[in-house]
Amino acid sequence: MNETTVQLNDKTARTHILQDLQHQAAIASKVYVQRDYNSGTICKFQTKFPSELESRVDKQQFEETMQTLNNLYAEAEKIGGKSYLEGCLACMTAYTIFLCMETHYEKVLKKIARFIKEQNEKIYAPLGLLLTDPIERGLRVVEITIFEDRSIGFGR
Amino acid sequence: MNNCEYQQIDPQALSTPIPTPTLPQPTVVVEKEKREKARKKWEVFPGKNRFYCDGRIIVAGQSGVLPLTIGLILVTTGLFFVFDCPFLVKHLTVFIPAIGGVLFVFVVISLLQTSFTDPGILPRATPDEAADIERQIDSSGSSSYRPPPRTKEVMINQQVVKLKYCFTCKMFRPPRTSHCSLCDNCVERFDHHCPWVGNCVGKRNYRFFYTFIVSLSFLTAFIFGCVATHLALRAQGGRGLMFALQESPASAVELVICFFSVWSILGLSGFHTYLVASNLTTNEDIKGSWSGKSGAEDTVNPYSYNTIITNCCSVLCGPMPPSLIDRRGFVPVEASSQTSATEMELPMLPVKKETNVCAQGTKDLLGSASRSPCPTTGKPQPVAAADPAVTFNPALISDPAAMPSLTCGGRHHSHTTSPPDEPRHHHHHHNRHHRTRSRRGRGSKRPALHISNPAYNASLSPPSSPGPRPSHTGARDPRRDSIVALH
Repeated sequence: MNETTVQLNDKTARTHILQDLQHQAAIASKVYVQRDYNSGTICKFQTKFPSELESRVDKQQFEETMQTLNNLYAEAEKIGGKSYLEGCLACMTAYTIFLCMETHYEKVLKKIARFIKEQNEKIYAPLGLLLTDPIERGLRVVEITIFEDRSIGFGR
Repeated sequence: MNNCEYQQIDPQALSTPIPTPTLPQPTVVVEKEKREKARKKWEVFPGKNRFYCDGRIIVAGQSGVLPLTIGLILVTTGLFFVFDCPFLVKHLTVFIPAIGGVLFVFVVISLLQTSFTDPGILPRATPDEAADIERQIDSSGSSSYRPPPRTKEVMINQQVVKLKYCFTCKMFRPPRTSHCSLCDNCVERFDHHCPWVGNCVGKRNYRFFYTFIVSLSFLTAFIFGCVATHLALRAQGGRGLMFALQESPASAVELVICFFSVWSILGLSGFHTYLVASNLTTNEDIKGSWSGKSGAEDTVNPYSYNTIITNCCSVLCGPMPPSLIDRRGFVPVEASSQTSATEMELPMLPVKKETNVCAQGTKDLLGSASRSPCPTTGKPQPVAAADPAVTFNPALISDPAAMPSLTCGGRHHSHTTSPPDEPRHHHHHHNRHHRTRSRRGRGSKRPALHISNPAYNASLSPPSSPGPRPSHTGARDPRRDSIVALH
């Protein structure tokens, strides 16, 4: 019981940190991770570690986040049995099925949104960073906002 | 001060009929804006599209000949059902109208979906993104006033592909993306802009388009065959074709329409079947990007899966990508009202700090030089292409004609509904001149800056004292950037 209370407090604290960052801290700068087109037109982001984040976050951690993100997008765009079935069914119904059914891609996008929120709460907000869901930037970039460390007290 | 007063008066002319060039007035307008309902993103969309049903339906700016297409299909099929089907049901089989009906339903549904679906529009880069890209280009490339066309090369499947920089959307276009000048949008996997359908054909609606032309070719061929059979049956017994035509004149009309349509539609279907099988777009085929026409040897299509079945399946049955422009989302209010409040209170200080102060080249604009010495409180923020926070400005809100309508009526997103008065008209002309010069043959036909705030046009007043071109103004470089690009 104590543990769960502690866990709950921890999560609330984390969410508060996130909210505090968004409302109080000033934006120091923004870093953009561009798309990686080496594998074609599929949605994939560069996993190269940006130099501006060197002082803030562990390189391994960041690359792991980006890799998971890329894997999720690959899952969304995967061409396989399931997507063919969905496509053929849609064709048969003259694509009216898209009006009532949520596509596989949309389901994975929701999963990605949850993943990013969780990553922000657990890892990046305490470090004064905020990842923006790429869908809000048209799947062009992953925007990482670097906040000034006034509230955390690290100093710039 | 003349300039300042002039800039102040214009926004007031939009909001209230009585011009009150005093400072507190715009603050009142801003507060009103905070209390009002937040706007949806489709209302501030920078492209030339039109939105209906509160953003659910999107069409291109020019509907082209879509009404003609719909009219022809409806008329021909209607005549078929009314005049030919009764005879054919009596003499042949009841399946004829059934098949015709199914084909007709497919044609209409796929046509409407092609016309009303977002083809894969890429939202424009936010000012911060654009600044970041500019910084990267400037650090690596030349820093002349007019830099050469910016390209970036990537390797896709051992093939070198050049990515071009889009000056309107302020980003490097992804592969296979092209900017449609009619719709003023970058569209992913751009195929072509179809006037018959009244929309671009791109990644998201290509399968609808393909279904449309295939089912239409079946429908036209079917009607043609049925009508020919009908006339042949009537002309039996030595009575002759003229007699048959006299008895059923509608069939003659259908015959003519179908005869001329079937060749073109069948040809188009065949062409697009070839494109689907080789995973090409019309754009690439015409330009000869992968066929070696451009002179480079060993160019193969890097996107092809090298088997026809896989290509067809990936193009037609692949996962349906989502719309990236989020038409029905709300424009974020907090950031903009905060910024405008700051602007109101501290008119002399630069508003945003995080911009690239080393803006050069296309970012300099004479008008902004005249603007910066007199940042009035009445001056609304210039419309940045994709940053919704910036487009949320008082003058647009206070324009009653630009208030969002939540009915299913046609709602043109353009905000130049207030008739331009003389000074603004002058600027329209001024701005158009700027744009044609800097667009470099992009073929812009659209009216002057109809997406931007008319009051902003006014603020680009013909400077009585132009002042020097600042390269380090700091305050609004990325936003000016987008306005400059429009010029």
